Amino acid sequence: MLIAPIDRSLTNHCLTLLLLLVAAWIALGLIGLLRPHSVRFVAHVVFPLGSITCLAFGALAALFLVSGHLAEVMTLPLGLPNLPFHIRLDPLSGFFLLLLGLVAAGISTFAAGYFRSGQGTAPGLLCLQYHVFLASMALVVLADDAYFFMVAWETMALSSYFLVTAQHRIPEIRRAGFLYLLMAHMGALCILLSFGVLQGGRWQFTFDTMRGAPLSPFWASAAFLLALIGFGAKAGLVPLHVWLPEAHPAAPSPVSALMSGLMLKTAIYGILRVAFDLLHVRFWWWGVLTLGVGLFSSLFGAIFAAVQTDMKRLLAYSSIENIGIIFTGIGLAILFAACGLPLFAALALTAALVHSLNHSLFKSLLFLATGSVLHATNQRSLGKLGGLIRRMPWVATLALLGTLAIAGLPPLNGFVSEWLLLQSFLFTPQIPHPFLSMLIPLGAALVALTAALAAYVMVKFYGIIFLGQHREPSLVHAHDADWMERIGLAWLALGCVVIGVMPQFALRAAGTVTADLLGRTVNLTSPFWWIAPVTPKQASYSGLVFLAGIAGVLVLAFGMVRILAHGRIRRTAPWDCGYPWQTSRMQDTAEGFGQPVRHMFGTFFRMQRELPTPTDAEPHYRVQVEDRLWRTLYLPIARGVQRLADWIGLLQGGRLAVYLLYSFLTLIALLVFVL
Amino acid sequence: MKTLTFVRQFGEVLLAIAIAPLFAGWIAQCRAWLQNRSAPPLVQPYRMLRKLFQKDVALAADASRLFRATPYVLFGTMVLAAAIIPSIATDLPFAQAADAIALIGLFATARVFLSLAAMDIGTAFGSMGARRDMMIGFLAEPALLMVLFNAFLFSGSTALPGVVEASATHGSFIDPSLIFAAIAFLMVLLAENARIPIDNPATHLELTMIHEAMVLEYSARHLALVEWSSDLKLLNYACIGFALFLPWGIATHGADGTAALALAAVALLAKLVVAGGIFALIESLSAKLRIFRAPEYLATAFLLAVLGLLVHLLLGA
Repeated sequence: MLIAPIDRSLTNHCLTLLLLLVAAWIALGLIGLLRPHSVRFVAHVVFPLGSITCLAFGALAALFLVSGHLAEVMTLPLGLPNLPFHIRLDPLSGFFLLLLGLVAAGISTFAAGYFRSGQGTAPGLLCLQYHVFLASMALVVLADDAYFFMVAWETMALSSYFLVTAQHRIPEIRRAGFLYLLMAHMGALCILLSFGVLQGGRWQFTFDTMRGAPLSPFWASAAFLLALIGFGAKAGLVPLHVWLPEAHPAAPSPVSALMSGLMLKTAIYGILRVAFDLLHVRFWWWGVLTLGVGLFSSLFGAIFAAVQTDMKRLLAYSSIENIGIIFTGIGLAILFAACGLPLFAALALTAALVHSLNHSLFKSLLFLATGSVLHATNQRSLGKLGGLIRRMPWVATLALLGTLAIAGLPPLNGFVSEWLLLQSFLFTPQIPHPFLSMLIPLGAALVALTAALAAYVMVKFYGIIFLGQHREPSLVHAHDADWMERIGLAWLALGCVVIGVMPQFALRAAGTVTADLLGRTVNLTSPFWWIAPVTPKQASYSGLVFLAGIAGVLVLAFGMVRILAHGRIRRTAPWDCGYPWQTSRMQDTAEGFGQPVRHMFGTFFRMQRELPTPTDAEPHYRVQVEDRLWRTLYLPIARGVQRLADWIGLLQGGRLAVYLLYSFLTLIALLVFVL
Repeated sequence: MKTLTFVRQFGEVLLAIAIAPLFAGWIAQCRAWLQNRSAPPLVQPYRMLRKLFQKDVALAADASRLFRATPYVLFGTMVLAAAIIPSIATDLPFAQAADAIALIGLFATARVFLSLAAMDIGTAFGSMGARRDMMIGFLAEPALLMVLFNAFLFSGSTALPGVVEASATHGSFIDPSLIFAAIAFLMVLLAENARIPIDNPATHLELTMIHEAMVLEYSARHLALVEWSSDLKLLNYACIGFALFLPWGIATHGADGTAALALAAVALLAKLVVAGGIFALIESLSAKLRIFRAPEYLATAFLLAVLGLLVHLLLGA
C-alpha cells in the first residue's frame, strides 16, 4: 500500500495522461517523417520510443482498472463547431486499452527490428501510418460520442489500409487492400446506421443520450443487428470474413499482428459497448443469434485453417476461429443476461474478455514469428519450409509457446479462456426455456471440437515450419531473428505464460468490466495461483500447479534416469524401414497434413483436384481449396452491383443535349412537386 | 492432518506409477488367454522397461531438443494427471488443480507434444502418425466433453472429487443416462489410448499404425518413458471412468482412515482386474477399423453421450 498516495494522484488524471500518450504516438509518427528514408533512424529511435509509450499506456490502463474508479469523462474542444469530441474512460474501455498497450509494446519492439528498406512505402511514412493506426485504435475505445467514434473508426480503417498496401507494387496486395477497404466501409455504414437508430429520435449523438434513449423492442433489435453486422464485418465473422484471409497475408508481419491482435478487438469492444452499455434491453434471441454465428465462425475458421498452405493465411483463418470463440462467449453472456442469470452472464463475458486478451497475445506472437521466418527464408508457403528449429532456435522456442497457447493447452493462457467458456456452457441447462436448455449444451461440444481442431492446425503450423527436414536446400542459410525481434517475441510469449499460470490477474481485470456492465463478477476470492469461477467445489483450475507439477516430475524423472540408468546417446541416421533413399520430400506436406480435414469436412469446400494416374510419365498433383461462400454469396452480389451500375450507366450517353434534357425534366418535376 | 493428506497423495501417485505397467501386462495376458495363446508373464512390461533403460539411446542425427524433452514431458503430464484423479481417496491436495475438463486439456498437451516430437525427425511415418493421432483427438474431444456434461448434471460439479462425493451421498448411481454416458466413455477411452478398434497396440504394419508410427524414432530410455506414459494414460483413463461411473470404494472426505484406504486400494485393484478383462474381451471380439471409419465410431460415442444428456434433461430433471 506504499504506492497508494502516488496512485491517487495518478489515477485521477488517468484519462489526461492516456490522451497525452496518444498524442505522443502521433508526434512520434510525425517525427518519423523528418527522415523518411532512414531505416536506422525510424527503426532504432522512433519505434523503440513508441514501444515505451505503449508500455506506459498499458500500465496506466492497468492502474485505472486497479483503482476502482468507475468512469472519467472529458470533452475535447476539437472537431466540428458545436460537435466537440466526448471522451470517456470506464472499465470496459480500460480493459481494451490495457490489451492495446501490452500487446502493442511487443509488436513495436519487434517492428523496430523488422522494417528494412526495400520496395514499397518509405520507412518514415510507414512509421506515421503505424502510429496513427495505434492512436486511432486507442481513440475508438475512448470515444464517447458516435461522431468521434466514427472519425476514429475511419481513421483506423484508412491507416490500416495504407499499412496493408505497403507493398503496393504487387497487384495481389492492391486487390487485397481494396477488398479490405470495401468490407471496412460496408461495416462502418452499418455501425453508423446502428448509431442512428440508437439515438432514439433525440438527434444527439453522445453515448450518454443513447444510454437513456427509450427504444421499442423492434428498434432495439434493429440497432443490435446493425451493430452485429457492422462490428462483425470488422471482426471477421462468417460470412463477412472474406477480407481477412486476403488482407492479413498481404500486410507486413507487424501490421498483420496489429490487425489480427488488436484491430479485431476494437470490433469486440464495439459490440460489447452496444450490447451491454448503450442498449438497455437484451432479448434472448440476440444471444442465440450471436452464439450461433460465433460457433459457426469458429468451426469454419478452424476447418479452413487446417487446409491452408500459406502460413499467414493459416493464421488469418485461425483468427476467424478465435473471433468465433469470443463471439460465442458474448452470445452466451447476452443469453444469460436476458434470461436473468447475471452471474453466469458474468462468467461467459469474462471468458470472452480473457480470450480477447489471450488471442491478442498469442496471435501477435505467431504473426511476428512468421515475419521472422519470412525474413530468414523469403518463403511464405508451408510446402517450402521445414526444419527451422535447428536454424532459428529463438524464434522456434518462442513460437512453440505461442503454438501451445493458441492450441488451448494448459498451462498456457489459451486454455484458461476456453476452460472458462466451457464452464459457462455447463450452466446452459438452467436457461428457463425448454428447447434452448437442451440445444445450447451441444454448443459446448462444438467448442470442444473447435479447440481440438485448433490443436490440429497448430501442430500442422509448427510441425511443418519448424520441425522435420528442410524442404528446400536454401533453408540451410536461414538465420535467427535479431535482438529487437527476439525481445518483442519474448514479451508476448511471457504474457502467454503469465496469464496461463496466474489467470487470477486477467480475471480481476475482466471482473471490473463485468461488475460495471452486469453488476456481478465471477468468484475472485481464491489466491492468485488458482481460479474457481463459481465455487471451488464446482470446478477449479490452477495453471501454476500444472506447470510446477509437470516441470517437477520432468526434472525428477530426468534425474532418476541419469542416476539409476545412464545418459548414453548414439547419433545415427533415422530409421528408414529398409528403404535407404529417404528424402525431405517424403515428409507430410501442408496439403497432406490437412487431408483428413479436407476429407471429413468436404462439404465446406469447393475443391478442384488434379490427380496423377499410375501411367503418367510426369506425375502431377494439384489441389485447390476455395471458400464456397465466395461463389455463392459474394460473386453474385458483385455481379448484381455491376449490372445495376450498367443500368445507371445508360443514363450517361455522353451527349450534352441529353444531359440538358435531364436538367429540364428534373426542373419540371420539381415545379410540379412544389405547385 | 495436512502432512497426512500429502502422504496419501504421494502414495497414490507412486501406486499409479507402479501398477500402470502391470495393468497393461494384465490386459495382454487376458488377451492371450482369450486368443488361445500362451500368455506372457504379468511382469513382462517391467522387464521391457528395465531392458530399455539399460540400452543406449540411438538418436536420429537431426533430432532437436523438443524430441529429447518430449518423453519427460509426457511422463510429467501423466504423473500429474494421476495425482489429480481420485483413484483411492478424494481428499487430495492436487485434486483442486484441475477439474475433469482441465484433465482433458492435460491429456491434449501430452498428445500435442508427442505429435510434434513425431514430426521432428521428418520421416514419412512420424508425420503420418501425428496427423492421424491429432485427428482422433479432435473427434474424441466433443464426445468426452458431453460425457462430462452428463456427470455435471448429476453431481453439480466437474471436479472429480465432487462427482465421487456426490454419488457417495446420493447412494446408488445407476441411471439410464449414465449408462449411455458410460458406453460413450468406454468408446472414447479405447480410441484415445490407441487400442482396437481405432489402433492396434501390437501392430507393426506401418500403414495402419497411429501410436506406433509416432514413437518409431524413439529408443531405449526415451521409449521406456513413452511406453510407461501410455500405460499411465490408460490407467488414468480407467480411473476417470471409475470416478465417474463406478465410484464405490473410493475413500471420501472425512471417511478416509487407514482401513478405508486399504479397502479403497483393494476395490481399485478389483475394478482394474475386471476392466482389464473387459478391454481384452473387446479387443479380441472386434477388428480394427479403417482409419476413415474412425469418425463414424467416435460420432457414435458422441451421439450416445448426447442421448444420455437428453434422457437426463427430459426424464430426470
